[in-house]
Parts: sequence; C-alpha cells; structure tokens
Amino acid sequence: MKKYTYTEKKDTRSGFGAGLHEAGKKNENVVALCADLVGSLKMDAFIKDFPERFTQVGIAEANMIGIAAGMTIGGKIPFTGTFANFSTGRVYDQIRQSVAYSNKNVKICASHAGLTLGEDGATHQILEDIGLMKMLPGMVVINPCDYNQTKAATMAIAEYEGPVYLRFGRPVIPVFTDPDQKFEIGKAWMVNEGTDVTIIATGHMVWKAIEAGEKLAELGIDAEIINIHTIKPLDDEAILKSVKKTGCVVTCEEHNKFGGLGESVARLLTTELPTPQEFVATNDTFGESGTPDQLMSKYGLDAVNIVEAVQKVIGRKK
Amino acid sequence: MKHTIKELEDIASQIRRDIVRMVHGCQSGHPGASLGCADFFTALYFEVLNHKTDFTMEGAGEDLFFLSNGHISPVWYSTLAHAGYFDKSELATFRKLDSRLQGHPTTHEHLPGIRIASGSLGQGLSVAIGAALAKKLNGDKSLIFALLGDGELQEGQNWEAAMFAPFNKVDHLIASVDYNGQQIDGPTSKVLALDDLQAKFEAFGWHVINTDGNDMKAIVEGLHYAKTLTGKGKPILNLMSTQMGAGVDYMMGTHKWHGTAPNDEQLAAALAQLPETLGDY
Ligand SMILES: Cc1ncc(C[n+]2csc(CCOP(=O)(O)OP(=O)(O)O)c2C)c(N)n1
Repeated sequence: MKKYTYTEKKDTRSGFGAGLHEAGKKNENVVALCADLVGSLKMDAFIKDFPERFTQVGIAEANMIGIAAGMTIGGKIPFTGTFANFSTGRVYDQIRQSVAYSNKNVKICASHAGLTLGEDGATHQILEDIGLMKMLPGMVVINPCDYNQTKAATMAIAEYEGPVYLRFGRPVIPVFTDPDQKFEIGKAWMVNEGTDVTIIATGHMVWKAIEAGEKLAELGIDAEIINIHTIKPLDDEAILKSVKKTGCVVTCEEHNKFGGLGESVARLLTTELPTPQEFVATNDTFGESGTPDQLMSKYGLDAVNIVEAVQKVIGRKK
Repeated sequence: MKHTIKELEDIASQIRRDIVRMVHGCQSGHPGASLGCADFFTALYFEVLNHKTDFTMEGAGEDLFFLSNGHISPVWYSTLAHAGYFDKSELATFRKLDSRLQGHPTTHEHLPGIRIASGSLGQGLSVAIGAALAKKLNGDKSLIFALLGDGELQEGQNWEAAMFAPFNKVDHLIASVDYNGQQIDGPTSKVLALDDLQAKFEAFGWHVINTDGNDMKAIVEGLHYAKTLTGKGKPILNLMSTQMGAGVDYMMGTHKWHGTAPNDEQLAAALAQLPETLGDY
C-alpha cells in the first residue's frame, strides 16, 4: 500500500474559496453569487478583490440560479454559492430549465454536503444531491476529496464551458493530494494499485478508503483504490480496467446508495462487465444532528465499514 | 390574563438561560434570534394560545403554531418543555446524537409540539395556510399562528403565500415576523433590504399590526388584539420588532450572534444577566 501522509487538515470549502479567488484573478468574466452564506462558502477573498463582480442575492436561491443563468448570456461565468441542499433540491426546476436544458455556463457550487454538515441535522444534510444532479442531461458532477483537489477543481471548471455541479463540505479533513495538481474533469485518479479488490471512492470517503487500504494490507488484502472525483462523466475506462484485474468492487460515498456514485458504477458494470459490488453509502435514510465523526460512524461510513464490505465482496468472487 | 406580566417575564428569563446553555452545551446553534423571540414564545404559549400539552398531530379544537425560521429551535424547545410538552431534562440533548431535539425542528423523531419540519427557510407560511384551510374544512374555529424571520422573507415562496392568503380569505391566521433587522451576512438593510414591509403586506391584502416584541406587556396585548381581528376576511400580520440577542448585552444589536455559540466565559457572562426563575434543566 502506497503511503499517504498529511501535515494539516483543512475543509474542502476553503479549497473552493481559494480556487474561486484564483479563477477570478485569471479571468475577469468569472463572477460569484451568494445567498446569505458568504462566510460559510469562504467567498471573502474573492469579494475583497472583486467586489463589483460579486452579487449578494439574499436568502433567495431560486432567484440566484435564474440570475446566474441570465448572466451567462452576457458572457459571464457565474459561480453560485450556498449549502448543497439549497443548491439542488431547493432549486431543481430552475436548474433544470434555465441552466441544464438551456445549456448555460453556470457553476453550481455546493458546500456542507452530506452528513458531515453535523449538528444542523437532516433538514440541511442532503444525501440525494449527486443523484439529483447526475440525472440532468449535460450536467457535470464533481465531488473532490480534499482541500487541494477542491481548489484545483474550482479552477478547472472555470475553464470548462457548460453547467457543472461542484460538491464539497464543511469539516476539516486531511490534505493529502498534490498542491500543484492539474485537475482533469472526468479523469479518475489512481490512489493505489492493487490486485484483490477495487475500492472506488469520492469526496470525504477517499481518505477513509486510504485508511481502509492500510488495514486491508495488514490482513493480506491488496486493494486498488481509485478516486472518482467526477461522477459524471464517469471514467468508464479506468473503472473497467481495474475491475477486470480485481474482479470485485466496493464503492464509497457520503450519499444515499440510491442514485449515487455506486449506482453509476453498477450501471456501467452490469452492461459491460458484470461484477460483484458492495456499497458503502447511506441506506435510504435521512441524517440527524450529531458531530460529523459520530454521524459517519452511526451511518456506516467509516474505514471499518469499507474493510467489512471488501471482505464480503471478495467472498462473492467466483 | 392567566399570568401577571412579572410572571411571564420570569418565564422568559428562564427560557433565555436555557437557550444560551443549550447552544453552549453543543457548541452550535442559533442564540441570537432565539433570545430575541423569547418574549413572543412566552406570551404565545403561556397566555395566548389555546392548546393542550397532551399532543396530537391534528390538534383538533386547538390553536396551532408553526415556526418557519426553524433555526431558532432552542427558544421553541425550551418553551415547549416549560409548557409541559416534555421534560426539561431533555433540553440537555439538544443537537446531540440520537436526540429528539434536532438542530432544526422535525417530526421525524416525534417530539411533542412539532407538526412539520422546518429549517430550510421560506416554507412555513404556506404550511400554516394549509393547516388553516384544513381547520376551516373541518369546521374548527381555532386559530393558526406562525412565526417567520425577516431575512427569511427574501424567499419568494413567502410572497406566493402572501398573495394566496388574502385572496382566499384565510382570516384565522396570525403570522408574526421577527423584525430584528439582521441575518447571516449582516443587517437585512445591507443584504437585501425589505423596505416598507407594512406597505408591502397591506398591498397584498393583509391586516398589519406593529408590536414591540421585547416588551412583554406590549406583545401580550398585541397578540390579544390580533385575535380580535380574526374572522374579518383578512389574514393578520404582526410586524414584531425585536433585538437579536435580547437579554444578553454583548449579543445584542449585531448579526454576529445569529449562529455562534458562546464559550465558557461568555456563557457565565450571559447567565449573570438572566435570573434563574424556574430551575435550570
Ligand atoms: C432555504 C435556506 N437558505 C439558506 C439558509 C441558511 N440560513 C439559515 S438562517 C439564515 C438567515 C435567516 O435570517 P432571518 O430570517 O432574518 O433570521 P435571523 O437572522 O433573525 O435569525 C440563513 C441564510 C436556510 N436555512 N434555508
């Protein structure tokens, strides 16, 4: 197992804030909008340097999506910022009609996704957003795994033409990817090469997959770990290549197993290469209040759950 | 009056203590507007609302209350506990794992007193209108009360509801606005000004009254007066001016305490200003 270490922990939303600031410096068409959550979205640096390119819309997310769609018509590249729940479910038809169907260059940037939002509880913890967004034709869906990857992804989507959903989170987690990485939309990152099982992870679950990989190595299991940061378009080639070698797969996401990354992988494999698969994901449930760590453990999203899923799926190999 | 103004003020003081202790206990949550609305909740549950504490979802024959700005759950939970809906010891579980006292109110955990989830802003007025329509269909003459945040009024759904209620003569509905002039990113006047709310609601066909939400006598009288206006063809809007953080000097008059928990020292300073009247949980 390749060794991954970290010297600091940071939140992925801060990676977004830093990436937005950089994108703003590079391209004067980059504009930002926020619905009364500037601090939570870490937009302060952008606002400080480009006040005239920032729009505070108030607590009015539907209006924000519509305004963003309109701004693209004048050649702007709008980044909207609010919590993941209010970025997706709250404004689904506005996104569907004015952004996705109209193919507008809006970047929907969503913080506090998943259970790790913590104490605010289920009203704010969306576990359905990947599904909602990946179902929209033409929508790119990205869920980066740490501060550096989120920063790089934010800069990359500014250069991509078309609607994007960028999902990130609230808690501080290890920073373990390269600070100077080039982010390629739709291209999987090989975290660790192995032969016994393919672990496919996205977002906050990537570090947990690495922890699981270390535990598995102690048990004599050689896990291949792939980071799928772009859930749509999915890197079919990387997944098929790995699964051909290992013969079984575990998908890991901080999301409902209905409609998430796991189902995208299952769809690919059923049509191309039927393979035993286990899902580490929430199981058709809402979340609740608690600390992020407590919730990840209660809802089965820890490294131990990945280890168990791997043992199970290896047992299912013919 | 069921209580003297002094008795009501004592209840509000205990509720304020509970709020800061609850938010401190989990180091998260929203003390600012919870404190600002403590007098309103006390007046409503201990003086105005015709309600039973042996809770049923339907609440037939009872007045019902809906909280649209669900983030001020601490003030509601403490009020419900002191009113007898559940034991006040449960307040210690606020925002903790496996609690019925979720960060935002929920029916999912079956906490007595809660009839709908809120937290995602801007949805409560529609729900209150729906409950009011159902009461009318059931021949139930009871009233529906709702509370909305002022920043929350930036959500467009409120204005769909504001248009619907007068047109459909939903006249047994008393909606109050927590008019504290603050939201997360700053004063409402700087984020997206509400300007003349009274004129806006009147133009939609509401009967608007103004009250001081941090003066117990004024809020009790205002809500009683609002009741006399029901049944006259118009919904009633109570524009209730409050101070965010009311009762804790260092939290007052700023958005900074919208959603920040006090540390140990700040907790002590807050509690020193709030007499313990009914016993801490
Ligand atoms: C739909 C939605 N958007 C954003 C939020 C995040 N949020 C929670 S409270 C709040 C500010 C609410 O302002 P106001 O209604 O004035 O309440 P106060 O600040 O007085 O507590 C925001 C933006 C939310 N809960 N729901």
